[in-house]
Order: sequence, then C-alpha cells, then structure tokens
Amino acid sequence: MDRIRIVSDKCVGCSLCVKACPPSAIKIVEKKAVIDLAKCNFCGACCEACKKYQAIIIEKEIEKTLKSDIPAYHGVWVFAEQRRGKIASVVFELLGEGKKLAGKLNTYLGAVLLGDKIESEAGKLILYGADRVFVVDDPALKDFHDDSYARTLVELVNEHKPEIVLTGATSVGRSFIPKAAVMLKTGLTADCTGLDIDMERKLLLQTRPAFGGNLMATIICPETRPQMATVRHKVMKASAPQPEKKGEVIKKIISGDSLKLRTQLLKTVEEIEATVNLAEADIIVSGGRGLGKPENFAIIRDLAQQVGGAVGSSRAAVDAGWISYSHQVGQTGKTVCPKLYIACGISGAIQHLAGMQSSEIIVAINKDPDAPIFQVATYGIVGDLFEVIPVLIDQLKK
Amino acid sequence: MNIIVSIKQVPGTTEVRIDPRTNTLIREGVESIINPFDMYALEEGIRLKEKTNGKVTAVTMGPPQAEQALRQALALGVDDGILISDRAFAGSDTWATSYALSAAIKKIGPYDLIICGKQAMDGDTAQVGPGIAVHLDIPYVAWIRKIEEIKHDRIKVERLMEDGYDILEMSLPALITVVKEINTPRMESLKNKMRAKKAVITTWSAADIGANPDYCGLKGSPTTVVRTFVPKREGKHEIIQGATTAEKVVRLVEKIRPVVR
Amino acid sequence: MDYFLTEEQKMIIETAKNLAEKRIKPVRQKYDEEEIFPWDIVKEIAAADLCGLYIPREYGGFGGGVFELCLAVEELSKVCGGISLSMAATALGTFPILLFGSEEQKKKYLPDLASGKKLAAFGLTEANAGSDAGAMQTTAKQEGDYFILNGTKQWITNGGEAEVYSVIAMTDKSRGSRGATAFIVEKGMPGFDFGKKENKMGIRASATRELVFRDCRVPKENVIGKIGGGFIVTVNTLYNSRPGVAAQALGIAAGALDEAIRYSRVRRQFDQAISSFQAIQHMLADMATEVEAARALLYATAKTIDSGAKDFAKESAMCKLFCSDVAMRVTTNALQVFGGYGYMKEYPMEKYMRDAKITQIYEGTNQIQRNEIALQLIRSAAK
Repeated sequence: MDRIRIVSDKCVGCSLCVKACPPSAIKIVEKKAVIDLAKCNFCGACCEACKKYQAIIIEKEIEKTLKSDIPAYHGVWVFAEQRRGKIASVVFELLGEGKKLAGKLNTYLGAVLLGDKIESEAGKLILYGADRVFVVDDPALKDFHDDSYARTLVELVNEHKPEIVLTGATSVGRSFIPKAAVMLKTGLTADCTGLDIDMERKLLLQTRPAFGGNLMATIICPETRPQMATVRHKVMKASAPQPEKKGEVIKKIISGDSLKLRTQLLKTVEEIEATVNLAEADIIVSGGRGLGKPENFAIIRDLAQQVGGAVGSSRAAVDAGWISYSHQVGQTGKTVCPKLYIACGISGAIQHLAGMQSSEIIVAINKDPDAPIFQVATYGIVGDLFEVIPVLIDQLKK
Repeated sequence: MNIIVSIKQVPGTTEVRIDPRTNTLIREGVESIINPFDMYALEEGIRLKEKTNGKVTAVTMGPPQAEQALRQALALGVDDGILISDRAFAGSDTWATSYALSAAIKKIGPYDLIICGKQAMDGDTAQVGPGIAVHLDIPYVAWIRKIEEIKHDRIKVERLMEDGYDILEMSLPALITVVKEINTPRMESLKNKMRAKKAVITTWSAADIGANPDYCGLKGSPTTVVRTFVPKREGKHEIIQGATTAEKVVRLVEKIRPVVR
Repeated sequence: MDYFLTEEQKMIIETAKNLAEKRIKPVRQKYDEEEIFPWDIVKEIAAADLCGLYIPREYGGFGGGVFELCLAVEELSKVCGGISLSMAATALGTFPILLFGSEEQKKKYLPDLASGKKLAAFGLTEANAGSDAGAMQTTAKQEGDYFILNGTKQWITNGGEAEVYSVIAMTDKSRGSRGATAFIVEKGMPGFDFGKKENKMGIRASATRELVFRDCRVPKENVIGKIGGGFIVTVNTLYNSRPGVAAQALGIAAGALDEAIRYSRVRRQFDQAISSFQAIQHMLADMATEVEAARALLYATAKTIDSGAKDFAKESAMCKLFCSDVAMRVTTNALQVFGGYGYMKEYPMEKYMRDAKITQIYEGTNQIQRNEIALQLIRSAAK
C-alpha cells in the first residue's frame, strides 16, 4: 500500500490539492488527481485542502527504524543558554512554556546550565520555574563550542533521559542542538511557534511555520527520545518569578572526552547593531507627513522601542528630509511583512500601501477619518497621533 | 583543494502567498530554484576553487528534477554535480537527509571543506549541515560570514552571532554553514551555461551510496509531520470606538497585546 | 512569436535577461540621474561572456554574429538602453578592426574587446560633419612611421571610457571620398585627449565626449585597411552596426510595452482595471504589433548579414529606421498608458521615452536611412 494515495471514487478533480501542494507534486490527469511520489514530501497539505471530499489518504505514521525505550524517559528540560555569564532571556520564556508542558505530562521541569563559574545563576532558573537544575561548571565550557556543548548535553541526556528538551533558537542553540539531536539519533523541530501535548499519546506537538510563514506544520517525534525543539525569542511567555519556589541544583562532572575541542576560539568581537533591520522586523512603527516636523519622529522611536520594533517611514517624511531613506516603506522603498505594522500620521497612498499591505496586523492612527489607510488597517484609531501615541506607550507599559 | 557544496532545490515561490478567498497557495514565477542560502555557499565554494586552483562539486538529494539545480550550479562555475535520488528518500526529515548526503559525500571521495547554506527556505531548520558533520565526524562551525584564511589543513573563520562575531579556527576537513553576509553570488555566464547544458550529471541511488534504506525516507526520519495548514488570517477592518482617547487605546492594546510582548 | 532560435541563442537571451533583471534594474534610475558610467555592470556583462558574441573564437570571442549581438543588446535594453550602450557601442568601434583589420591588429585588439576587458568607440562625427561625414576636418598627415592626427570628433559614445578607438581622419582632402583613412587610436597615446562629458536628454548612463587630437602620433601599423579606404571602412561598419542600434531601440520599446501592459492590469479607475477599456486595449494592440514587426524585420536582417550576404545596406537601414521610429512611438504611448504617473520620474516610463529618441538620430539619422533605402531601391530597379 502506498503511503499516500488518492481515493479515485471521491476525487472530483477540483485541483484544490494541486494548488496547495508546496513541492508541486500533484497533477490532474483525466479529471483525477495524480501524485508524483518522487516529489511528495508527505506534508499532508493536500489532505487539508481536500477536507470536503476527503479523497486523499496519507499513511504518515509508519514504523520507524530509530527507536528509544520511551517509558524510561521522564522530564521536560530547557537548555539554559548563557552568554558571558548572563542567561539569555529566551530561556525564561522556555521555562514558562516548559512548566505548562511538564504539568500536562505530570513530570518535572529541568534546566541545563553549562559554563564556567556559572553555578550562581542556577537560582534564577529555579525562580522562573525549574524544579531541577543540572549544572556543569567547568572552565572548558566558558566559551561556546559546538563540540563541547553538544557532547556535554548528550552525556547528560543519556544519563538522565528527559523526554523533552527545549532550546532557544539563538545563534548558539541553532548551531549545536542539531548536532546533539543527530548524535542522540532523535528528532529535532526548529523555530517552533507553538508547543502542546497530545494527551492521548503523551507526545509533544511541535508547530512551526514553513515557506516563509505562509504555511504551518505540526510535527511529532513518535518513537525516539528526547523530543527536541528550538523556539525563537519572544514566541513563548515567561511565567512570573516565584521567590518561594524551591528547586534542586545538581552539579555534574563531565568526562574529558566530551569537553575535547576541535575548534579554537581566537577572538570575540561585540557589535551592537544600531538599527533593527526593517525588512526582517516583526514589528514596525512608521511615521508620515502627519508628524509635522522631523523632531516629532522621537515619539515614533519611543513607541518603536516600547514594542521592540523597527522605525519605518512613508515617502513624504523621507522626501522632506525628516528621516533617512533606509527607513522608507513603500513602492520605491522597502517592502515589509511584519506581524504588526503601526502607521502613524500616514494617509495610506497607494505607493505606501504597496510596501506594507501584507503585514499581518495593521494599526492606523490618523486624524482624518477618510484617510485611505483605514481601508487596509485591521484596527484604526481616528485621532491626533500626538495624543494617542503617548497614551498607547503608557498602556503598553502596564 | 576539494570543496563540496550541499544544495537543495526548493519551490521557486519566494513570495509564497495565500489566496485569502480560497486559502490556497498562490504560486508565481519559476517552479524550482536553488535554495537562496545555498547560492552563497556555491559562490564561496567557487571563489575558493579559483583561489586554490581546486575543484568544487555540488551535491543534492531530491527527485530527478533536482538535476536542474545542479545544472544551475554548473552554470555558475561548479565543476561537477551529483544527484542522489531514490524513492527510498521520499519523506526524509533532516536526520535522514543528512544521513543520505553524508553517505554520498563518502562516495565522492576525499574533500577538504564542505559548505552548506545556513538553512533551506522551505523547511528553515538549519539542521542538515550540522547533521552531515556528525555523520562524517568532522568539526563544524555555523553562520560563517567570512573565511579569513584557508590553508591546506586549517581554516580560520568569522562566525556571526546576535551581538557581534567570533573568530574561530579548526582543522580540515571540516564543514561550515554560511550566511548571506559572506558574499554576493555571481551571475551565470554564457560559457558555463553551455557547459552545464552538455554536462552529464551523475545520479546515485540509495544502493549506489550504500545508504541503508531503513535510515532513509519516512522510515529513517524520527520526526513526522502530522498536519500542514494555512494559518488563519483575520480579514477585518475595525475602527476602534471609544468616548476618550484613553478608552480607544485600552481597546487597541487588548487586541495587539498577543503580538507585542 | 517563435523565431526558431537555437539552444545557444536562447541561452544568450536567458543570460542577458537574468543579468538585466538582477543587476541593471536596481541601478538604472540612479545611473541615469547621476550620469554614472556603469563600469560595475560592464564587468558583469564581461563575466557573463556577453561581450564577445560577434567576435570569432580564434580571438577569444563566442563565434556568433550580428544576430547574437542583437539578442543580447535587445535583452539588456529592455531594462536600460543607456547601460546596454556601453556594450553595444563597443561593437561599433570594433567592427572596423573585425572587418578590415590585419591579422596582427586582430590578434592585438580583439581578445581584450571580446573578454570585455576593454571597451571600444567609433570616432567619425564632427561638429561640422554629421550626416555630411565627407565634410570632416580631422586630418592625418604621414610623417615617417607615424601619422599625425589633428582635429576634434564630437559626441562619441564611450568617449573617455573606452581604450580602443576606431577613428576616421582625412589623409588627402583632394581625393574626395578616397581621401579618408581609418586608424586605431589608443587611450593614452600622446596628443589624444577628451572633452567634457555631454549632458544629454537620455541614455545618460552612457558617456558621450569629444575626442581631441593635437598632433597625436599614431603608428602606421594602426592604419585599418588601406590608406584612403576610410569611407569604405565607415560605410561597411555602419551597415553591420545599424542592426545593433535597431536592437537597442527594439529593447527599449519592448521594455516600455511590458511595463504598460503590467500597469494597465493593476491600475483601477471607474471601478475597473484600465486594461478593460478599449482605448487602452487598442493602444496596447498597436504597440505590440509594431514591436513584433520591428523584431521580425531586425531578426531577418541580422540573419541575412550572418549568412554571408554581400549586399544588405538597404535591409540594415530599414531595420534601424523602423525599430527606432517604433521605439519613439511605443515609448510615447506606453507613457500615456501610465497617465500622470508616467510623467513622474518615480516611474521608469519617462526614461524609456528619453532614451528612445537618440535611436532615431545616431549612426545615421533616420533621414539618412531613408536616403540610403531609396538609393538602394532605385539602384536595384535600374539593373
């Protein structure tokens, strides 16, 4: 039996599946869908598209070669990345999420802390939810190296057998965790935007975007352990710190072999980027002609800082010399597609809309109720931006 | 110097958009392209080949049509293209993919450096490169934005981090993944295009590369996709009402809170 | 329309198209506004192996002919007629050497021109000798092993940027049409200087300068063909290079038309795309028909030349005349489709129109082209 097949009687040749298939593996031949098995990647987008007729059957869960002794694995772990002795903020977000998952699985939340003279930071991890903190405090782990971090984590995992390991999708995390996963012969899902537990099967449901975010995929790691996932910054929420929480700090000694390095770190150079890259920003706050004068871009910058976004501009403001061209959004500027676009004092001329109308959520603040921007805005406030924005900043701070 | 570049053919829809009326993909443009990050890997490989008078081989795993990606690589200046293609590979996750590719690389022969693009724009996982490094047991560094120095047995690189960069050194053979800051990929040249058209692309099956089918395809993939769906978008347009500015703002913040942390 | 191109010809088009879209499009507006000579693009065109399409393989070229040259020029001109000119005008300056040069001269100059390492230019026009090329006043006096050139050439494309110049000068005024000689003059030869860069209406990324000869010493080895054969060189060069101008004009027209079609589908007025209005549809239909007719005439001419035909002066003039007149008409109407937006520099239409105009003027004004065509018609009829 082929792993994916078309139920010929049910197929009406509507070609919805053809349009939904990312690798273009389906064609309509004589009014019936035909799947090219060489191209199919079993993502199941076609099944989803054929909800009405249910003419596509996919046997996705077949027996796997790699297997772990699943009952032996317990615990949800979070890799507590630290850089220069400071724990990365994504770790606290993961602890917040990990706590929920551990709760559903009726197991403990652990954290793994690697570094040199790092033990004192363990308390912070307990504060934010960890029940146990596994600390490896060794000069060899002071700097991040893929070899030592991956092998150390593997050694710890092999000994303590956590069922889930979560890591921040940072430069460090995305670099060494794939190594650890392959060494552990287990599955890893990167950049998850959603995590949940399938309570029936006690599996971690890992949801992530694909194709630049236009499709979402839910992934499981059914037969191997641990189930590993990386999560980006600002996707999950840290839980409130609990000063009265108690936790165990477990100091581990790691074998010399795991700490051996094939790479040498010669130098580290810090470079703080002055501006957030507009094209890649998740949130953009833009100002336009309604600002009146260049100094007023200050409130745009303030709002941008409050929401952690980049500063954009309409062409009018750039042409008037109020802000540099690198901030211009629009037909002759940059095209952006952030999660949230806040347009302040921008009328919404076609040239500007062309650059931002595919943003997920568009908020418009403008004095003129007839401004065209309100026709594309998800949420609009008719009002004086000099009044609205300070109140908005205040409200967001709460 | 022998360089191997691992590339992937991805759908050419860099602007994959969803048709809101039907909730389906809108595909425009060419059907398949070389993964954009791999273009930087190819460029770096070709530059190294030119500098060291060496050879660069591109390798890819995919359906028979992935041959096109290899011809494109040849049109840029790569010397050889190898395709590994087999029904057994269908449905591979990154574990199974890196396993198969490393088997192919073993068959290609001795190499000094393997270059991969940072990630593929359809899967976005950035896992295949490191996976290959583990299977081949060679040192690896990710996010390379500059090769500072390369000698016959050592390489010095700049790794891009969020807050700056690190300078590392490691022995060869090794694997690196590159970011787009590393170079500007060249255009195809007519002579190379013509050579690419006539070239014979070597195709290997799972058996040819000695890949155990149990470790390939769906069977060899620890992860499984259970569902692929289009994220719901709200197509609403709401003017927020309120007696005062403060009221309106409170309502607005309620709505945008989930997006803003 | 299918022109039954070979695989290689299709590859030339693909390569040029790719380059035009990825490298030329992002900079065309800036280079036009600031009159920047596109050396970076020239390097890319060279790296893409597009410079030597019409130069034989033995000199490092692709081994194609006028047709291959025109395909590349057309494709690049669809995106920018000014930037494409650096490559197209080099062909004009190269033809004298290609058609009449000695083996030594070909071996010396063609490889660098084929690889794109050097650019060429053609120095014929003077302030008082435009259409009336015979009235030229630049002289070349032989003194031993050298010719001493004195005079000024005007409006030379690639002037100042090119290294290799094919220059026509009078060696013996008394002999009339047998009194001119063609020379290869290299940048840097003593007595060879350039005037200021001209400020032009269009093709502003192309450099147009005076060539100033003040007792410029040119070795006698640099005479192209025979002494006194200058006009033969000129006339044959122009017969071969006019299709190149036609290709440039055709590209400009085709590029403008594509933009107009795209825009008409997006722009909405009266609650519809303007492409649903018959007025617009008829304009688009007329433009498309003219462009296709121009293309067919150009391709047929280029094939004729490449087939080794002896006599193609008429066809050459026809395709230059027709393509350039079409370019002017099409760019004007394509701009009209854009309405007010077409007039704004923010959109590329006004540049297409400004660029098109010169194609009706240089390498023989369209009035001269008509003279040529009529002359050939009458001559044939008289046989």
